[in-house]
Amino acid sequence: MGITRANKIKSFLGLRFLSLCTLIVLAFIFIVLFDIAWKGAGVLSWEFIFSIPRKGMTEGGIYPALAGTVLVTLITALFSIPVGVATAVYLNEYASDSVLTKALRASIRNLAGVPSIIYGLFGVALFVEGVGLGSSVISSGLTLGLMTLPYIITSTEEALRAVPHAYREGALALGATKWEAVQTTVLPSAVPGITTGAILGLSRAAGETAPILFTGVTFYLRFPPDSLNNEFMALPYHIYILSTQHHAIEQVRPLAYGTALVLVLLVVLLNVIAFFIRYRFNKLNSSR
Amino acid sequence: MNARKITDFVMRSIFALAGLFTIFVLLGILALLISNGAKAFKHIPFSSFFTYSNWNPAAHGASSFGILQLLWSSLMVTVGALVLAIPLGIGTAAYLSEVASSRIRNIVKPIIEILAGIPSVAIGFIGIVLVGPAIADLFQLSHGFNALNGSILLAFMSLPTIISVSEDAMQAVPKSFREGSYALGANKWTTLIKVVLPASASGIIAACILGFGRAIGETMTVLMVTGNATAMPHSYFDPVRTLTATIAIELGEVPYDSPHYYALFVLGIILFLISLAVNFISEWLASKYRYKMN
Repeated sequence: MGITRANKIKSFLGLRFLSLCTLIVLAFIFIVLFDIAWKGAGVLSWEFIFSIPRKGMTEGGIYPALAGTVLVTLITALFSIPVGVATAVYLNEYASDSVLTKALRASIRNLAGVPSIIYGLFGVALFVEGVGLGSSVISSGLTLGLMTLPYIITSTEEALRAVPHAYREGALALGATKWEAVQTTVLPSAVPGITTGAILGLSRAAGETAPILFTGVTFYLRFPPDSLNNEFMALPYHIYILSTQHHAIEQVRPLAYGTALVLVLLVVLLNVIAFFIRYRFNKLNSSR
Repeated sequence: MNARKITDFVMRSIFALAGLFTIFVLLGILALLISNGAKAFKHIPFSSFFTYSNWNPAAHGASSFGILQLLWSSLMVTVGALVLAIPLGIGTAAYLSEVASSRIRNIVKPIIEILAGIPSVAIGFIGIVLVGPAIADLFQLSHGFNALNGSILLAFMSLPTIISVSEDAMQAVPKSFREGSYALGANKWTTLIKVVLPASASGIIAACILGFGRAIGETMTVLMVTGNATAMPHSYFDPVRTLTATIAIELGEVPYDSPHYYALFVLGIILFLISLAVNFISEWLASKYRYKMN
């Protein structure tokens, strides 16, 4: 009797400990989001979003930083999505299961775990110095593109793998060539999965600072870049500058909060979109 | 018919080229890191690089390149993060896998995914405005920019990885294992401790190693909150300067094609090798686990 009683108490406390762990994790997330939302909301306005920084960045808005982030993420998307999807199609639809493809898959998985600052180093050595693109939107976009590439390949492969084999066989049985089968049945069925992965990969790229630090971002510009060869401002770097490098850190704290809120909203929004695409797709699939 | 075959061939070639391009890029990253890093050792004795803690590459005329304190700082911050994150992560994973109803799971898991998506500058910012002042208050310090601050933030940044990978491992334990345990009269807690955790141990260890990799490679957060002093740290209340932060601070001001420039690539190689080892070990553990579960 004593043993079961002790056991029950242990079980009770143990399970409470597990809920406590979960609560601590959730509490941290809520504190972070709530603090940024609460103190950032005060400065958030259309004027803040669409005006340029003024008076040594102690007043005004974040327009050049927002535009820079959007532009560089666009370059990232234009590079990483076509190359990533094509590589995934090759791996999943064409390549035989050889040692070479296994090695390729393994190195892609490894690249997904490489710290983002390494991509920054690589971007400097290859794009900025090596090819001579200099510190520019295009160098940063390509560097972020390389960082996002493994992510896009992996998520696209997952989406392709989820397409039933019968679809391919059906198309081939009707006389379609391999490409026609891929084009008409495999890719369309995989589009929601591919889109979800791409959005998540790009939202990560948009929030990254380390890879753009030395490949193109700069702390102050009066306008968004008018050419891909120019330097640019970016939201994450702007937060870094306002919170650590500015000459009047305390004075610009509200602006830092506002910028952080815009960046977090941007990232969360992209995540929510991806979540709903996946959710709808799952529902569609299970009702089939 | 012919046109269709030609299109088919062209498309196959395009896909194969994309695959080749990706291989080329992967090898390129490795080659560029190694070739640039190797140039550092033309100027700096290999042995002094790893045995001294006198990192001061910008010193005029007497630059020194010992990286021990940078390595030590990175390890300190990362180990501190894991001490916090491993119990929290495994506890949360066990809650989600063994205790929570599927409704609660469907709410909590996306929220934790949001944590994974929060940009590292935003977490660093929280370290400056909330965690730092809290540490300074609590321990009566003049400021909160130290290893402890970095460890706390990195713990939460590595939690999504640790939670999702260990939860997957626990979910992969067959139902029959649990049912066997219940049939013997064990309750939920005993079943978790005696059956589920041991069965999923290799998967959970893989999760912790991935969390280690996530923490040691993080740059912006530690750069913003750990103080970045290059002296050898003696406690968690000392400011530290990690490998990643060193690259981030110095790459901007270093002259191209100098020993200092190449020395930063050596730091990059070290981080690259660590992430390689992390992936290799965690994958080996995961494959061992899959084999066991089948």
